[in-house]
Amino acid sequence: MEVIERIKDQLEKNSVVLYMKGTPDFPQCGFSGQSVQVLNACKAKFAYVNIFEDPELREALKSYSNWPTYPQLYIKGELVGGCDIIIDLYTKGELLKMLAEADAVAA
Amino acid sequence: MITELIKKVLTAELQPEQLEIIDNSAAHAGHAGAASGGGHYHVTIVADAFEGKSMVQRHQLIYKALGDMMKQQIHALGINAISPSEYTKEAINE
Repeated sequence: MEVIERIKDQLEKNSVVLYMKGTPDFPQCGFSGQSVQVLNACKAKFAYVNIFEDPELREALKSYSNWPTYPQLYIKGELVGGCDIIIDLYTKGELLKMLAEADAVAA
Repeated sequence: MITELIKKVLTAELQPEQLEIIDNSAAHAGHAGAASGGGHYHVTIVADAFEGKSMVQRHQLIYKALGDMMKQQIHALGINAISPSEYTKEAINE
């Protein structure tokens, strides 16, 4: 599958996707780690992609989204943002709302 | 200095009313991302271009302005992008 198709497929099949450096258990960048913490604090159910394991996707997603850095959080296929925006939305209480609307909060 | 370069590019592209850039690279020296040479910076910027735009769109404007700098010189960029009307509101609340 073409890399763009793969990205679209991931975003279609998962309502919340975090493209990150490392994994939720072993994040390899402080910003990716903080983003996981915030999602966990919201009890979010999310899929993740470790971009270190997929160099082709790592480059392709940057141009797909016009966003040159990681992490990148997607909810319902839409780019929400990177670490700054994730934390900002969390402190305003908006992230939890967006996750709930996407039916991605654990009971 | 990268800080000066960021300032120059953003001033030319976005004509900000306020612009502050902080170099946080020293705090990240030694970790994997810093090894490639890219620095960590934080930008606070007030510009008319952000009026009516979402946060993602504002960050995208900044990334677009910086272009290839995001691949080389800059490893991480914290962004606080504010429109002039929001800036006035914040000032009053304080």
